[in-house]
Amino acid sequence: MNPEEGDEALYPIAVLIDELKHDDVALRLNAIRRLSTIALALGPDRTREELIPFLDESIDDEDEVLLALAEELGAFVDYVGGPTFAHLLLAPLETLAGVEETVVREKAVDSIGKIVAVLSQQQVEESYIPMVKRLSASDWFTGRTSACGLYAPVYSLALPQTQELLRSLYSLLANDDTPMVRRAAATHLSKLTKKVQKEFIVSDILPMFVKLAEDEQDSVRLLTVEDLIAVAESLTTDENKTHLLTILQSLCYDKSWRVRYMVADKYVQLGKAVGNDIVREVLISAYVRVLKDGEAEVRTAAAGQVPGFSLLIEPDTVLKEILPCVKDLVTDTSQHVRAALATQISGLAPILGKDNTIEHLLPLFLQLLKDETPEVRLNIISKLDKVNEVIGIDLLSQSLLPAIVELAEDKQWRVRLAIIENIPLLASQLGVEFFDEKLGNLCMSWLGDCVFSIREAATTNLRKLTEVFGVDWAKQAIVPKILTMSTHQNYLFRMTTIFSITTLSQVANADLLKEFIIPTVSTLAADPIPNIRFNVAKSLETVIPIVRKYAGQDPALGGALEEVVRPTLVKLSEDSDQDVRYYAQMALRVLQG
Amino acid sequence: MADQDNGWKFAQCFGDKGDVEEVTEADIISAVEFDETGDYLATGDKGGRVVLFERNEGKKGCEYKFYTEFQSHEPEFDYLKSLEIEEKINKIRWCKRQNSAHFLLSTNDKTIKLWKIFEKSIKVISESNLQDAAGMGGFTDAHNLKLPKLVHHDTMIAAIPRKIYQNAHTYHINSISVNSDGETYLSADDLRINLWNLNISDQSFNVVDIKPVNMEELTEVITAAEFHPTHCNLFMYSSSKGTIKLNDMRMSALCDQHSKLFEEEEDPQNKSFFSEIISSISDLKFSRDGRYILSRDYLTLKVWDLNMENRPVQTIAIHDHLRGKLCDLYENDCIFDKFECTFSGDGSNLLTGSYNNYFHIFDRNTKNDVILQADKSAFKAKRVGSTKNKVGGPAGNGKKAGTGNRKEDFANVDALDFTKKILHASWHPRENTIALAATNNLFLFQQS
Repeated sequence: MNPEEGDEALYPIAVLIDELKHDDVALRLNAIRRLSTIALALGPDRTREELIPFLDESIDDEDEVLLALAEELGAFVDYVGGPTFAHLLLAPLETLAGVEETVVREKAVDSIGKIVAVLSQQQVEESYIPMVKRLSASDWFTGRTSACGLYAPVYSLALPQTQELLRSLYSLLANDDTPMVRRAAATHLSKLTKKVQKEFIVSDILPMFVKLAEDEQDSVRLLTVEDLIAVAESLTTDENKTHLLTILQSLCYDKSWRVRYMVADKYVQLGKAVGNDIVREVLISAYVRVLKDGEAEVRTAAAGQVPGFSLLIEPDTVLKEILPCVKDLVTDTSQHVRAALATQISGLAPILGKDNTIEHLLPLFLQLLKDETPEVRLNIISKLDKVNEVIGIDLLSQSLLPAIVELAEDKQWRVRLAIIENIPLLASQLGVEFFDEKLGNLCMSWLGDCVFSIREAATTNLRKLTEVFGVDWAKQAIVPKILTMSTHQNYLFRMTTIFSITTLSQVANADLLKEFIIPTVSTLAADPIPNIRFNVAKSLETVIPIVRKYAGQDPALGGALEEVVRPTLVKLSEDSDQDVRYYAQMALRVLQG
Repeated sequence: MADQDNGWKFAQCFGDKGDVEEVTEADIISAVEFDETGDYLATGDKGGRVVLFERNEGKKGCEYKFYTEFQSHEPEFDYLKSLEIEEKINKIRWCKRQNSAHFLLSTNDKTIKLWKIFEKSIKVISESNLQDAAGMGGFTDAHNLKLPKLVHHDTMIAAIPRKIYQNAHTYHINSISVNSDGETYLSADDLRINLWNLNISDQSFNVVDIKPVNMEELTEVITAAEFHPTHCNLFMYSSSKGTIKLNDMRMSALCDQHSKLFEEEEDPQNKSFFSEIISSISDLKFSRDGRYILSRDYLTLKVWDLNMENRPVQTIAIHDHLRGKLCDLYENDCIFDKFECTFSGDGSNLLTGSYNNYFHIFDRNTKNDVILQADKSAFKAKRVGSTKNKVGGPAGNGKKAGTGNRKEDFANVDALDFTKKILHASWHPRENTIALAATNNLFLFQQS
């Protein structure tokens, strides 16, 4: 081999290695990101003996670099020589798990979790467990916080006596002086619970959980709702009744709204976990309480759980207990509560059945449709398909349309946008006749909206409507209106014409292409505004492949390509405007194939 | 005769000790704060600098030495509002230690910063691939590749801003307070209080908003706010109307409804044009056990029991002698001075400042009020030596004689220098050592 070549080949690696300690953070970061390249060049032996100790000893002080390192090390097993040596990676990761920046610590814990999966039992006992012990007993809370995340991944890999040790160590963390550590312990307890054998749940896990759930800091208590679910899932219904009932009640009625919020937010999961008996005895009345909570945030979360929770209980109970609360929420003072309810309330329709829906829910829908906040009206409209399935479109459309028309002219363009996005769905539910009569004009008027995003959405809307109602409908309903716009004196309208034609071409058939799309575009090619002209070229670029696809069915289309499109593009490619020429050439290239 | 100073002695003075008449504005100290161990002390000044002092372990007694200094805030200009933002440090609060580094929050009128102060080891590269390439004969063999070697060069104390919390306050920030949960802190401006997570700098939650819809209806502003030392859900704030409100964040996300209101009914006889101005609370603190609240208004110091809302358990007159001079003090704006107050570590003593560099240490149990002066004479007296003290005598230069006159001097309104005032002070959490800011000097006093 030519020495010069060898020199060349390793030079970049040499530079990269030097950059591990470069003054410039960006270069250090880049070097860490390419750590695998360095490790490959050094080979597994030197990676183990030199690179890994080096990374551990000369820990960087930039969080960004540390974060990258923590991430790279998680996927480094192959570079140190496979699983046999994987435990060597734990040393630098242990250091990273103790730094002050939370994201770095979390990433390090993640990576340790990846590595432990490939470790042998011996490696676990000799390397991993000592690391867990050290971190769990470290002086600063940062290490102890990270330690909490290391128990669940290793638990099922450890020997029985080690598992016992792990459980007792975790209990120390759950009783730590620092709230940060107790929070971490509460966060990870649910994962550990899922790994621990059933016989230890009541004896070991439950006391920790109870301690955390009764913590004086509400920031700790609120994290125990997840744990409660995990514990409840691993116990039998009877055990749940004996052990969890009081704690469940105290969490539901906690003084802190943040705890009640967490409970409300996880209510369905909670209900499923504790079983039907407790749901009936405790959770229904507690749910009524959270639906009437003094704090709007709690009510918002609770409103989101209405259909899910109603599925868990008898329809009669829903009518008797839940529905009265829902009625109150419809007129809640907080718009966020009403908005959350509007998204969910239609989910009650299938549970209650047609008659009850008509009797009880429809008045609520109507009220929400008339809500003063656009977001609420929007949420209810976008979920109406479920109700439609239950009560049928006739009943719905009578009350629905006025609200839609009103929203379609809302002052806020985002609201108009959301309505447009819902139109195709509505169209499919309403049917052609009804749509033409009530909404046809509305859809066309959006093409002339003063906000570009609305005009853009309106063109997409036309395409989707064509998909729903078919090309023939488009020919009758859309084409004439677009044609009138193509001669509008405001160039923005003409621009919209091109855009809608381009979008429509995607769903067009041969006739539409021949009779409408190609002629209209070609006419606009002579427009005095260069913006229009280059958009014509861009449009043709999209249209040409579609035309070609149909040319087999209709030879006249192939002719149109040569006789109309090509001359148009050639003319545009000699345009006085540079952009027009550019896009015309692009389109010509497509035409050339 | 019992020692009138109750054993309190001048210990140390930092800053320019010369008799310069003209003090550079930027050097004026605007914040003083001990950390939770008392081993470190931080000061902030009008020039946006933060200076840290470290306990000097070598000396017996409590002595501090310079540790490090850094520029925390720079003057800025808000172009949208055509508003100059001063670099002056309004408050400093230490965070609980989480590793060998120190963390503190510093704030000016608009921006709060989280600083990390740590000992940084500076390493230099002694060996690297490219540097030694010549000797190695190129990069033909992977065995020649080597990892850079570093050697320790020097250790320096570095301060880096870990987080910058900005754009959350429309009005001037007057307080910051770190929560006992170690994760959150609050910041208060004239009309709003925001809750932050220390790790998240781009969002905060508004927990109190007293801004009326119509600003013409504005009758009060928030003057100070603090978290409860142990209950993470409780915080209090004071208003310019002299009320203190205690809020429980468990009740509701927006704490418009207070859970307790501490207010003393005003004697209608004493009502005057200045009533509202002098009843405005300039500072408030929780005692370390969280049982009591200390508040300072222009004329008095008040101790409130958390369980008694209708009146303070103790009211200590600080500025009674100024009652007749309120007109003049209004004219020269001194009536708006914001004196801070602080509990001693064990809660038995109270500290607050006054004019002419006088300050009070009040013993809550014996009701003994010690008045001391933090000025040049304090350390001059020490330097001149103890001989004079023993002599005492009518010359009045001696220490004891000096204190004998001090109470009278203090009340001698016409002789007071209103440009010299002790606004900022902090008490060592475990010992009877106090730090006071007197214009551009930092004074430390100790009880022996």
